[in-house]
Amino acid sequence: MSGEGGSAPHDELAIDPEMVAAMCRSFITSHVASTGAERVVLGLSGGIDSALVAYLTAAAIGADRLVAVLMPTAASSASSKADAEAIVSDLGCQSELISIEAPLAALIGNFPAGESVTPLRRGNMAARLRMTTLYDRSALHRGVVIGTGNKSEILIGYSTIYGDAASAFNPIGDLYKTQVRELSRHLGVPTQIIEKAPSADLWPGQTDEGEGGFDYPTLDRVLYRIVDRRLPVEDVIAEGFDRDFVVRVSEMIRRSEFKRQMPPIAKVGGRSSGSDYLYPRRRPKLD
Amino acid sequence: MRRRVLALAQIAPVLGDVAQNLARHEVKIAEGKAAGADLVIFPELSLTGYQLQDLAPEVAMRRTDPRLQALAKVTSGGPSAVVSFVESTDDHRLFAAAALLEAGEVRHVARKCYLPTYGLFDERRFLAAGDAIRATRAALGDSAAGDVGIGIGVCEDFWHPTLPAILAQDGAELLINVAAGPARGASVDADQGLGSAASWGTLLRATAALTTSYVAFTNRVGVDESLIFWGGSRVIGPDGVVIAEAPLFEEALLLAEIDLDEVGRARSALPLLRDERLELTRREFDRIIATRAGLEEA
Repeated sequence: MSGEGGSAPHDELAIDPEMVAAMCRSFITSHVASTGAERVVLGLSGGIDSALVAYLTAAAIGADRLVAVLMPTAASSASSKADAEAIVSDLGCQSELISIEAPLAALIGNFPAGESVTPLRRGNMAARLRMTTLYDRSALHRGVVIGTGNKSEILIGYSTIYGDAASAFNPIGDLYKTQVRELSRHLGVPTQIIEKAPSADLWPGQTDEGEGGFDYPTLDRVLYRIVDRRLPVEDVIAEGFDRDFVVRVSEMIRRSEFKRQMPPIAKVGGRSSGSDYLYPRRRPKLD
Repeated sequence: MRRRVLALAQIAPVLGDVAQNLARHEVKIAEGKAAGADLVIFPELSLTGYQLQDLAPEVAMRRTDPRLQALAKVTSGGPSAVVSFVESTDDHRLFAAAALLEAGEVRHVARKCYLPTYGLFDERRFLAAGDAIRATRAALGDSAAGDVGIGIGVCEDFWHPTLPAILAQDGAELLINVAAGPARGASVDADQGLGSAASWGTLLRATAALTTSYVAFTNRVGVDESLIFWGGSRVIGPDGVVIAEAPLFEEALLLAEIDLDEVGRARSALPLLRDERLELTRREFDRIIATRAGLEEA
């Protein structure tokens, strides 16, 4: 228990990092084995989430089976690339630098003349071009694409469906951002990556917390109450959290449910995928 | 002394691959034999994996299935074994079952009575619930030393304390729980950093103490889909003290020597089972059942 002597407040999101690392390693090892993949393909942005997944993957199956793909656009900051390269160098994994600026410009260039593209649309297109690139590289490397979304961003919908949200499996999707930081410190992720402000890196100076108007520690404590503890919004507010903020978080969760699910298939026949045809992702061939 | 050596086979079954899992069982029984074990205990659905969904009918076996009979044959020259499988019946129901294999035969089958269907669990959708709670007796290797009263429950069964209580009243000295317990609730506040490990730890020690019985808990490891199974298999004495404990998340063959005479001594010191009031319990349950059905005034 923390908080002995009444100094530090009790940290309800504190994890035993060694134990959680063991869980994540077991998860990665098992899914790589069941897919039969030779390698894991990872989009490495220079941010903390993909950095953590890189370290976990290297620990689980060996850095020699990890292919890190750096996919900057013209808007990506130079420091992101430098941080990603520091990870590649520290782990000694294979890496590829594939700019998505040209395909992004080509895609937008083919849109009707004079159409202005908002930063949000541009960001979503960039995320989906990265997904396209990763799935192609995974085919080349006989690999499988690993996901890097964390629980905080998944719950508020701060991700691009079929973009960065797409993967074969995700080892950190049930870890809040604050837990991602704790686990990253334990695994030796470079300090500058842990400490810099989280950013989608879509335009210079953008940060998650600046754009979203929140700080992750507070967001995580609100999410933990609404989701893990199933508390009604009014009970969360009664604990002293700002009403407008709690309501806004609750709304973000509600509006992004679709991003956390496979699309519904119209049930017409007798047995239907997703409804009453329910198999594990992989199963052995019957004798 | 009625000494026995238990070997808890904390394995990671391969989902849906009965042939591969059968082979793993033979290897682990041989390892148990080499280590001097009298009983090798496998986790829940050790022959099939856990998250089966619509695979359940495809991997199901009768208790007379030649594959299960062949596995039983492996026990003719050595340790007995508790293995777990999807049991299919003449009336086409499917059960999560655990079989005691001894002296080359399938000697006893326990069907899971309590199927969790809440939160992350969806068992009742695919399986039928067992309708019997029965202890059995088995030699466990050393018949000259007298046989042993055994009660088998499958995972969630022990979260309904009437079940181990009935097994103990029915003659069990050794309560066996075969489990596929998924890890959840990671937090430094929980014992071992894991909510599920902490709650199971409390439950198992309490179950041993309240039934004054040995408890052997074999939990699987490995991953089915999203679920990461935590292991932590353990043997607990009739005083509620942990005798041996396996690591979390890793395969292991946990050995523990027990002396069944300790059960008699524990029950002399603490005669909880002797003092149990079965007729009182039944009368009050009957009253509650009748009241809920509107047959009796509240």
